Amino acid sequence: MTGSTTSVPWLTLLAGLPLLGAVVVMLLRSGSSARVVALGVSLLTFVVSVIVAVQFKAGGGFQFVENRDWIPAFGAHYALGLDGLGLVLTLLTTILTPVVILASWRDADEGRWGSASFFAWVLALESLALGVFAATDVFLFYVLFEATLIPLYFLIGGFGGTRRSYAAVKFLLFSLFGGLLMLASVIGLYVVSARATGKPSYLLQDLMHLSGSMSTSTERWLFLGFFVAFAIKAPMWPVHTWLPDAASEATSGTSVLLVSVLDKIGTFGMLRFCLGIFPEASRWASPVVIALAVISVLYGALLAVGQNDIRRLIAYTSISHFGFIVLGIFAFTSQSQTGSILYMFNHGLSTAALFLVTGFLISRRGSKLISDYGGVERVAPVLAGVFLVAGLSSLSLPGLSPFVSEFLVLAGTFTTSVVAAVFATLGMVLAALYILLMYQQTMTGPVRESIRQIPDLRGREVAALAPLLVLLVVLGFFPKPALSVINPTVNAFLHQVGASDPQPTVAAQPSGANQ
Amino acid sequence: MSLLLWIILLPALSAALLLLVGGRVADRYGHLLGTATPLASFVLAVIAFVDLQNSSSHALRQSVFTWIDVHSFHVTFTLLFDPLSALFVLLVTGVGSLIHIYSIGYMAHDDRRRRFFSYLNLFVAAMLTLVLTSDYLAVFLGWEGVGLASYLLIGFWQYKPSAAVAAKKAFLVNRVGDIGMALAIMLMFASFGSTSFAGVAAGMPHASTALATVLGLLLLLGACGKSAQVPLQSWLLDAMEGPTPVSALIHAATMVTAGVYLVTRSHFVYAQSQVALTAVAIVGAVTLLWGAVIGCAKDDIKKALAGSTMSQIGYMMLAAGIGPAGYAFAIFHLLTHGFFKANLFLGAGSVMHAMDDDVNMRRYGALRSALPITFITFACGYLAIIGFPGFAGFWSKDRIIEAAFNDNAYIGVTALVGAGITAFYMTRLMIMTFLSEKRWPEEAHPHEAPLVMTVPLIILAAGSAVGGALLFNDWIVNWLKPVVGVQEVANPALASWVLTALVLLFVAAGIAVAFFVYRRDRIPAEAPAQASLLTRAARADLYGDALNEAAFMRPGRRLTQSLVRFDGEGLDGIVNGVAAVVGGTSARVRRWQTGFVRTYALSMLGGSVFVVLALLVVRLG
Repeated sequence: MTGSTTSVPWLTLLAGLPLLGAVVVMLLRSGSSARVVALGVSLLTFVVSVIVAVQFKAGGGFQFVENRDWIPAFGAHYALGLDGLGLVLTLLTTILTPVVILASWRDADEGRWGSASFFAWVLALESLALGVFAATDVFLFYVLFEATLIPLYFLIGGFGGTRRSYAAVKFLLFSLFGGLLMLASVIGLYVVSARATGKPSYLLQDLMHLSGSMSTSTERWLFLGFFVAFAIKAPMWPVHTWLPDAASEATSGTSVLLVSVLDKIGTFGMLRFCLGIFPEASRWASPVVIALAVISVLYGALLAVGQNDIRRLIAYTSISHFGFIVLGIFAFTSQSQTGSILYMFNHGLSTAALFLVTGFLISRRGSKLISDYGGVERVAPVLAGVFLVAGLSSLSLPGLSPFVSEFLVLAGTFTTSVVAAVFATLGMVLAALYILLMYQQTMTGPVRESIRQIPDLRGREVAALAPLLVLLVVLGFFPKPALSVINPTVNAFLHQVGASDPQPTVAAQPSGANQ
Repeated sequence: MSLLLWIILLPALSAALLLLVGGRVADRYGHLLGTATPLASFVLAVIAFVDLQNSSSHALRQSVFTWIDVHSFHVTFTLLFDPLSALFVLLVTGVGSLIHIYSIGYMAHDDRRRRFFSYLNLFVAAMLTLVLTSDYLAVFLGWEGVGLASYLLIGFWQYKPSAAVAAKKAFLVNRVGDIGMALAIMLMFASFGSTSFAGVAAGMPHASTALATVLGLLLLLGACGKSAQVPLQSWLLDAMEGPTPVSALIHAATMVTAGVYLVTRSHFVYAQSQVALTAVAIVGAVTLLWGAVIGCAKDDIKKALAGSTMSQIGYMMLAAGIGPAGYAFAIFHLLTHGFFKANLFLGAGSVMHAMDDDVNMRRYGALRSALPITFITFACGYLAIIGFPGFAGFWSKDRIIEAAFNDNAYIGVTALVGAGITAFYMTRLMIMTFLSEKRWPEEAHPHEAPLVMTVPLIILAAGSAVGGALLFNDWIVNWLKPVVGVQEVANPALASWVLTALVLLFVAAGIAVAFFVYRRDRIPAEAPAQASLLTRAARADLYGDALNEAAFMRPGRRLTQSLVRFDGEGLDGIVNGVAAVVGGTSARVRRWQTGFVRTYALSMLGGSVFVVLALLVVRLG
């Protein structure tokens, strides 16, 4: 884990900018200036993240490393660094935050605390998420991980539907429960680290070598503490029930941040910490995790088919998609893990587009229920078209970016676990069913009286959605830039767990076999 | 060969342009641009075809870009223009262009004509991707692209609920087939470390028979979806909800031919597994009869033709299932069918155009004098499909039946009987539409279509008449030999002339029965309710939908409903119960819910203190 150090603390700058912006926006108090400032800050953050991405060298390990002692007594450091995984999620965060701010322009006007606080919390959340994805110290990660709950709690509980308080508390209880388990493991790591070296350290690079000095059962228990917390976050079956409530009650902007960005901490953590610190336990748990992942894929998809609430439906599709991501991580092949990391990014784009476009629709008609719609395509063709493209990306149509990641997960998984891959592939049909069923019921057929007057998408709304659609198409055909960043990182993860890709089962001929 | 890419790009770009650039100006020129691009692709394809004649390697290639590259998983877009794809590209762009031209007139009064042409272009571009790429995953891109285009076009009039449902059904049934295709690609990667045609072909000789069989059956499942073969046939009849040119495009030039292409292209897989090959032949034979029987009972002219498509594609599948002795004839029949089916569908569209979009043949009759051009061109297609001597279908179908008899007597008899049924239902369709007595009201006043619609009909009719020329000197067999090989039959089961006579006998019998049953004065305005079991079954599409409903949809709905209940009351109930217990009492939970955020802030603070304390304790201990 040697990395390059730069003179400019890029990552602190990146995470600090939105935090600073949050404070300024909070003080502004006026909704209209608040959103302009918030948009400006998020765009500036995006520019900084692009500068970081341009300087990033694929295959260079952790980069932009910062490391300062924080609490020496615990061995906690203020340590940041970006590898391919971190970079991908950082970019996802910095892309989606301005999109969400632009899309939520007036959504927070009726909130409990006024829109300035909404945008301030959004920026605070961005800051914390960027910190989480860059943290290379377990203690720092834990603190930031828990801290993300604060802005999310206020965003869910303060702005949204009638049952938002219930949803917010449910979200909080689930997260706190997971956090508690993780805390136990964090403390356990401290003990193990202190015993092994005499000098405790929470630095990831130190902990990665601990696997040998832990007893098998210790490693497995500590692994479980982390894993359950991440499984709740991701969320996986059967600890997923908080997500549909949260996504259904929150504003669509909050839902995007929650599902597209914050939930990624779960799968991010599995790769970074479960595989990184507990490689033996990760291998030990993989059959069960793969089974749970496949259940998530099918269960989430079936539940999505049965929903009448548009937002809950999208939430359940995400449970299905997270099943694919976890499946790819624990299948331990370079294709499947590369697919998973790319999936995190693509799912972020695709789900954001779905939440936002349906959010625009819901705000026009004032109902989340599919059965209240019909014939929207005739009235608002642009909205319907965007909805269809977002939906097609969710069902992984080739040519749109989620297909590449989903197929990589499946093809990689197929080489190590045929049964899991075959069952997960059934998700393809279910995905087509839940998307096209929703499209048919809302967009086609005769025009309902209640939607006859709704306007088509406005300029601001199109501007918010356009970057997502462009990325979905471009990355569908040219995933190469993303793959070249992700590949070396996956090599490191696989090396850490001691896995290697299986050889083709039929011996290839030396000439012409791989043309 | 940089022009290969443009064959795909031209229609793809105009599809995007027509969709994204709006406005009245675009409305005025949209259909012209949309027609020009497939025509230009056709010209490029002809140029490439000429180049191919001079190619010593029997293939033109163009590397475009690397799509996916993750360690050993390496997928490139390399275009391959070999004798097999050349024929498909010419068919898709040639017949496709004629359908575009026809649509200018057919869709003239639709205010969304520009969008219609955008979707047509997308359809053509996707199909060209399917037949021009040389990696199974890249084929899959075109494969699903065709599915998307058919979804958009079948549901083009989506304000009609029936159209929206039919579009969704087509996509879903195709997705079931796509599972087979996707799993086949995964299996190829796991087995050979490659998904390219060349990589798989190189690995196949070393593969076990079991692997070849599984691979062959998975590909067959994919082919069944796209080509509407039993058991994935049910979407095709509903697909008639789309505008008629769409039906012509789906049935003649694109989509349903994709399955036959996939099987033929994967000949190196089927060469290793007799079981998989036989399965292809059985699917073809079953569908051949299935579609023909349905075609006999339909009063809707488009549905009768749709049944005939299933049946004719069944012939092609059957031929492909014979192996190297049949591949060339499968493709031959695919080409002639491309001509006469486009001819028939566009002719049906012309009839509907004349009859105010009425599709019920019981309200047609004696249209030959009102629609002379349509009648004559349609008659050419009719003679071709029943295999009238000299017409295109005669040569292609005859060869398939002959190859079938040489392979297996049961399959041969099936093909022979199918020819008789085909003659019956097509004659029935002819009588009910163009002959017999007029059964339409005077105010319908049918009129011949404009030139922009009749000229494509005339060209296609000419193709239906003389398309058999491709067999001259066994040209098509020799042409395809570099791709699929050839197999001489040593001892034919029946002498060629005996078989031809036998086929003609069956065809004549079919015609005679039709004339006997549907004499001019014996076509009631309503279909007789009293009908044989078989007729009633055929009217209900041989209960394909009923079976799907009972076997998949109803249990599926029940499963979904019970899972929703389980998720809400089971899992969530447990969670809420636990939460209540953890939170002390349920009253306490309610207090949390009233929004005392300070409570949370306090608990966060408490939590932080707890963390620090815990660490200190451990450190001290």
